[in-house]
Amino acid sequence: MNETTDRSALEVLTLSLDDNVFALEAKYVREILDLVPITEVPTSNPFVGGLINVRGKVVPLADLRHKFGMTKRPDSLDTRIVVLEIDLDGDQTTVGLLADKVYEVTEMAASSLEETPRIGMMWRHEFIHCIAKRDDAFVVVLDLAAVFSSIGRDRPEFANDVAAGRSTARQSDTSLRD
Amino acid sequence: MNISDPKEIFRQEAQDLLALLETTLLDLERAPGDGALIDTAFRALHTIKGSGSMFGFEVVAGFTHHVETAFDKVRQGTLAPNRELIAVALRARDHMRILIEEPEAADSAAGDAVLDDLRRIIAPAGAGAATVATTVVAAAPSGAPEVAATWRIRMKLPADAMANGTNPLLILDELRSLGAATVTAVTDAVPGLADIDPSVCHVTWEVDLTTSEPLSTIEDVFMFIRDEMTLEISPLEVAAATPSEGATVPAPGPAASAKIAAPAPATAPSTATPDARRDAAAARANSSVRVPAERLDELMERVGELVITQSRLRQISVASSDPSVKAVAEEIERLVLELRDTTMGIRMVPIGSLFGRFRRVVHDLSRDLGKQVELIMQGEETELDKTVIEQLNDPLVHMIRNAIDHGLEDPQERLAAGKSHSGRMVLSAEHAGTEVLIRLSDDGRGLDRDRIRERAVQRGLIAADAVLSDAELFQVLFLPGFSTAATVTSMSGRGVGMDVVKRTIEGLRGSIDLASTAGQGTRVTLRLPLTLAIIDGLLVRVGNGRYVVPLNAVEECVELSSEEDARSRGLSFLNIRGDLVPFLRLRELFAAKVPADRYQKVVVVSSGDLKVGLVVDQVIGDHQTVIKSLSKLHADIQMFSGATILGDGAVALILDVAQLVGFGQAQEERLKAVG
Repeated sequence: MNETTDRSALEVLTLSLDDNVFALEAKYVREILDLVPITEVPTSNPFVGGLINVRGKVVPLADLRHKFGMTKRPDSLDTRIVVLEIDLDGDQTTVGLLADKVYEVTEMAASSLEETPRIGMMWRHEFIHCIAKRDDAFVVVLDLAAVFSSIGRDRPEFANDVAAGRSTARQSDTSLRD
Repeated sequence: MNISDPKEIFRQEAQDLLALLETTLLDLERAPGDGALIDTAFRALHTIKGSGSMFGFEVVAGFTHHVETAFDKVRQGTLAPNRELIAVALRARDHMRILIEEPEAADSAAGDAVLDDLRRIIAPAGAGAATVATTVVAAAPSGAPEVAATWRIRMKLPADAMANGTNPLLILDELRSLGAATVTAVTDAVPGLADIDPSVCHVTWEVDLTTSEPLSTIEDVFMFIRDEMTLEISPLEVAAATPSEGATVPAPGPAASAKIAAPAPATAPSTATPDARRDAAAARANSSVRVPAERLDELMERVGELVITQSRLRQISVASSDPSVKAVAEEIERLVLELRDTTMGIRMVPIGSLFGRFRRVVHDLSRDLGKQVELIMQGEETELDKTVIEQLNDPLVHMIRNAIDHGLEDPQERLAAGKSHSGRMVLSAEHAGTEVLIRLSDDGRGLDRDRIRERAVQRGLIAADAVLSDAELFQVLFLPGFSTAATVTSMSGRGVGMDVVKRTIEGLRGSIDLASTAGQGTRVTLRLPLTLAIIDGLLVRVGNGRYVVPLNAVEECVELSSEEDARSRGLSFLNIRGDLVPFLRLRELFAAKVPADRYQKVVVVSSGDLKVGLVVDQVIGDHQTVIKSLSKLHADIQMFSGATILGDGAVALILDVAQLVGFGQAQEERLKAVG
């Protein structure tokens, strides 16, 4: 995927999260897996609250539904894990991403891509790469680098999610920050 | 990793040679008459000089030449390898290292000083050399002018010489440049046209060379191929007197000049040794391969994946009723486990490679401090993960410095105390289960409890009236900023060090112990895991999650009785044989949602001297684990040091015991403050 095709058309993977259709740039996607056993990581940021085994590698599993404040629906036959390769502060990192459903890899024509509108969006502006129009519906193309690099910075957002007694250490941590 | 840069290859090779030179010199100091050691030192110098000038390290070659000359004299018996010479040679070796590794940092004045000292040592011996030279007819030391002599050189190149890039024509040209030469090609061995292999050199040559250059110059022509080739150089005059092959000298040539004139008895042993040495060198060259470390890591990772896939196969085969599937699955299981062990073994290096460096440290320190130290090393063959070994260097150097500087007494003091003149230091390594114990013991004055105590109180590290056991008191030594030495020497006593040592060792998941008897010595014991990549763990269950506790931190497992469980709501303490041990409920810490098991277990873990109990739902059993580090996304997680993959393919987290113990202790403090 080079710059010119990036300009003219965007190859994306479309998936569903809580009945919303999102798209990820296909260049980040390494593979798509069926659901595997997930190991919870206590005391972690719930956005990356799990670990999975991808071919013998321990890979963090992220749940965007958490990030976007969606309801987490029970796992179904359609639930998939999208394995991504992203650049985190200069380190190539493998990350798994939960999706309620994965549709297809498709090409978005450049003419269909639009700038993110400042208002009227349910999701934080900086996580969105652009908006694509497809079959009279809008698809949000996510900016994965922004989504993952925000980890650790937006911790206070989740302070309420940390269950009471989950971690005394974390609580004292947050109280210090307050 | 790209090591095709010839200069880089030379640097690596030189590093090995310099290390070899150092050990050889130190050995030689102890056994000055050992001819094999002298030869090894000479050959190392010779190769550094030769390869150096070949790869453009002219300064190195020039400098080394002088040292080589000195050792040539030693080799011929005209210069004694005394302490003085060896000290200068060691300095020269250090200078060579600087010249090779950081040429811009090299101080030519320092190099000249070394060479001046070297000349001073050689000079008086030079007079003696002249008298020896008259008796050894043809064995003029290199550099001495000589009248023209005629040599007959028979050379046969190894079969693969051409494939290796050796051009016989260049060698012949170089011989011609030395003087008048008559070259005769011997074509007896050239096969018929049908059998000929054009890439093999079938021709041998006979060269009659008349030159005023010494024999060593002729030998230098063959410097890089001498080990493989068959080379005979004989003075033609002598050959004429005894035309049979008796006068010819087998390769390789270092000792050749001495042999020619020497009477028969001397010839036999000196021809045997170089051959044996060459074989040994060849065997060594064949038996090891340099591999970039990351390739080993990759291999290890693949094997890890294989192990996990194999355990899935086993589960399938257990469910299957097909005996042939079962048989194959079992066979694969056996192979995979063997492969895993072999792969682990690749990372293991004998610790002798590390210990060897310390001889120099001890040598230099004992000279600087005016103490005599005998270093005894045991268990050098003990193997340890390469990463661990590399990180052990600094801590051990520090411990050795401490032992020599503070531990061992001056010779007079020792004699007064009824001890032998020179101090004794034993550095040993041994396997103990899945750990390696490294001990450094000395027979010095031992740790001074009163002074340690005084200093600790002075620095506010302990209370003036604290009652401490020896072990507790000695722990003070590992605190940052502690030093009992009244004066700061360049070696030790700055109060930085032991705390760094302790941190490094703990970083390697090891521990450090001190034991000392006043007047009789000190012993430091390091306990280290065999490898960083694998740990033995205790698999436990908390709620639905499975976790691994590093087994070396586990003290014991006990059941949490319901009374204790109920009683401890406020104060979480466990009474273990009279000791109050604080405990942490991992269920609460990890916010487990499923109901607790009826009988909770406590895994008592320790970090240093501190103990903490971890309450878990179930102790599953022990489990050998390949450690995987967590990604950056989990960098903020403190309770876990890594993760691992279990036999069924699920991921389990590894508990960070040091963190949990610290956390438990902090909780205890808080409760004490409240209560």
